[in-house]
Amino acid sequence: MSFWTRHHIFEKNSIILVIGILAVVAIGGLVEIIPLFYLKSTIEVVDGIRPYTPLELTGRNIYIREGCYLCHSQMIRPLRDEVERYGHFSLAAESMYDHPFQWGSKRTGPDLARVGAKYSDEWHVTHLTNPRSIVPQSVMPGYAFLAGTEVDATNIADHLRTNRMVGVPYTDDQIANAVADLKAQADPDDAGADAFAKRYPKAVVRNFDGKAGAPTEMDALIAYLQMLGTLVDFKLYNEKANLR
Amino acid sequence: MSQAVNSKSMTIGESGLAVFFTVTAFLCMIGAAKAVDAPFAFHAALAAAASLASVFVILNRYFDRPASLPLQEINGRPNYNLGPVKFSVVMAVFWGIAGFAVGLIIACQLAWPALNLDLPWTSFGRMRPLHTSAVIFAFGGNVLIATSFYVVQKTSRVRLAGDLAPWFVVVGYNFFILIAGTGYLLGVTQSKEYAEPEWYADLWLTIVWVVYLLVFLATLIKRKEPHIFVANWFYLAFIITIAVLHLGNNPALPVSVFGSKSYIAWGGVQDAMFQWWYGHNAVGFFLTAGFLAIMYYFIPKRAERPIYSYRLSIIHFWALIFLYIWAGPHHLHYTALPDWAQTLGMTFSIMLWMPSWGGMINGLMTLSGAWDKLRTDPVLRMLVVSVAFYGMSTFEGPMMSIKVVNSLSHYTDWTIGHVHSGALGWVGFVSFGALYCMVPWLWNRKGLYSLKLVNWHFWIATIGIVLYISAMWVSGILQGLMWRAYTSLGFLEYSFIETVEAMHPFYMIRAAGGALFLIGALIMAYNLWMTVRAGEAEVQSPVALQPAE
Repeated sequence: MSFWTRHHIFEKNSIILVIGILAVVAIGGLVEIIPLFYLKSTIEVVDGIRPYTPLELTGRNIYIREGCYLCHSQMIRPLRDEVERYGHFSLAAESMYDHPFQWGSKRTGPDLARVGAKYSDEWHVTHLTNPRSIVPQSVMPGYAFLAGTEVDATNIADHLRTNRMVGVPYTDDQIANAVADLKAQADPDDAGADAFAKRYPKAVVRNFDGKAGAPTEMDALIAYLQMLGTLVDFKLYNEKANLR
Repeated sequence: MSQAVNSKSMTIGESGLAVFFTVTAFLCMIGAAKAVDAPFAFHAALAAAASLASVFVILNRYFDRPASLPLQEINGRPNYNLGPVKFSVVMAVFWGIAGFAVGLIIACQLAWPALNLDLPWTSFGRMRPLHTSAVIFAFGGNVLIATSFYVVQKTSRVRLAGDLAPWFVVVGYNFFILIAGTGYLLGVTQSKEYAEPEWYADLWLTIVWVVYLLVFLATLIKRKEPHIFVANWFYLAFIITIAVLHLGNNPALPVSVFGSKSYIAWGGVQDAMFQWWYGHNAVGFFLTAGFLAIMYYFIPKRAERPIYSYRLSIIHFWALIFLYIWAGPHHLHYTALPDWAQTLGMTFSIMLWMPSWGGMINGLMTLSGAWDKLRTDPVLRMLVVSVAFYGMSTFEGPMMSIKVVNSLSHYTDWTIGHVHSGALGWVGFVSFGALYCMVPWLWNRKGLYSLKLVNWHFWIATIGIVLYISAMWVSGILQGLMWRAYTSLGFLEYSFIETVEAMHPFYMIRAAGGALFLIGALIMAYNLWMTVRAGEAEVQSPVALQPAE
């Protein structure tokens, strides 16, 4: 029986063809994906990585909602020009709490992996409101409407809880105080600002949009942008420690 | 009641679906009432209305139909079920034009940013997923469902399995598109490229897709031909693998069952790997395997020649589906994905060149002895040029997957150009060719309203594609080179915004190319419309025609 006649078993039995297809398409995915869950070298051990604060998480969801990832990557490659332009190349650990990841695939605008603390809050407010008022050649849409929309904080605790269920280590304390923390981070005079700073050490407390009143979507988005890439202190980071 | 009308009774499918939709209508109304965000309330209300409409249509159809279901055969010839095929053909033309139009709008937004209007629902970030989903899943998906339901019947010589099930697939699939598309404009997205719809849309698509697989498989199982025709292997691989990819990439936990927002189970680097395992194989199985099936039926049929090599089709089928799955990591070169995975992805992407060209050779060489038809038949010319574009982009893809090439091309418009040479040239043209073939067959017309208009469509769209992809090649390579340019003193030569400014002329050329492609599609829509409206009816020949094999 020749090879070609042997193939008739697939051509004459639809169920065997289904099984054959399933087996053949399963292999590549299994080999490439499964080891990422157990190889220890996949994600570096680094100090400083923490879950997003409630306000940052809200800002991140606005970033996703508006499709920012379609034009901005958050993944600096270890190439000379990128490291000089954007900063230290991105570590896997820096996005380990990202559900979903925001590495992006296109740079119509610049990479944002380390945009945090690079510009002032006022710069961001002006730029987001009308990008061409700061960068005349920009092709970015304006997001003035963010400043007029208050953040809906009512179910932010559910967001933290859901994140914990998919693997982000939020504490009970952080979940219980999510609503208070969200408000406190956008108002340095808030009574809860100190408690917030204890729950999220080194997180920045500022009035990001510069306006009084409840936190707006502008506050949330800028809080997120201003923390991007700032968690790991690369003066202390030891690259060799993660070679295994 | 049912006894009164000539012992007519409801089939299990009719009563089951009527009950199912009554229940979903009820659940969706509760969902709309308790919704925690406005888009979810809107979608739940939409789903409730659609469920009620479905119940009405199912009951109405039952009361209007004769007591017995349509026959499997009439006078020894299969009684083909062409209603759902026609529906999908019409939807494909509609979504195609909508998707190309949105593509043109966002292309113009990149050239003239004032067109974003600075409203939430008209900005680039929300319109871009609308464009990609409309062209890939709405246009491409309807073409695939229409052709697969047509081809599997003809090449198996049986009526499509199921009575309501095929309708459930075509209408249910288009309802998924409606939910997904309106969701993007309202800001509902998981942000996973080409898998943006949120958890409830994903759940609905899963149900529709399983029924699609069952209808297709059940039709194959009852076939009257001993062998499963090669096009059906590709359709089957497409349906099965898309199901696997969809389930693997989308497990998400909703924040509330009454809200649209969910968090994906995978995080960071694993999520990235899952996403591009999915993303690249949406290309490999949705946009390649499925459309290769179209090639394997429509080119031999139109050229009236057998497929060039049966053995080549076996080899390239198994090699293609085995190798494609590995190629995902080439979207993540030089990222935080471990190097071993990147290297595997690159290696298999390069190997993928071979089975891809196996398919191209099989398609092109089918024209052996019929090359002269390219001069007289613009539909065949469209099909053949699509295969040439397939060959070109499947050479370009492996080249771009080489890490050093990718370090230049990644994040630039080169990727956009590469995608569009495949999407406009291969997927677009092979779809147009299939639609031009199918519409006269489905509506019993002697031929198309005008071959001259097909010729116009072909040339206008071809010029559009050439403008599009050459503009993107130049802008992509230019921007990649500008990003890494150094002055003689060792400083970066260009600021980022200077590279954005340099793109402007190419973005205008790209928009012009997209406009030409859209004009071509409008010409097609008119031509197909006139074929159905005013075409000469074909007289049915009493002898059953053999399906091409």
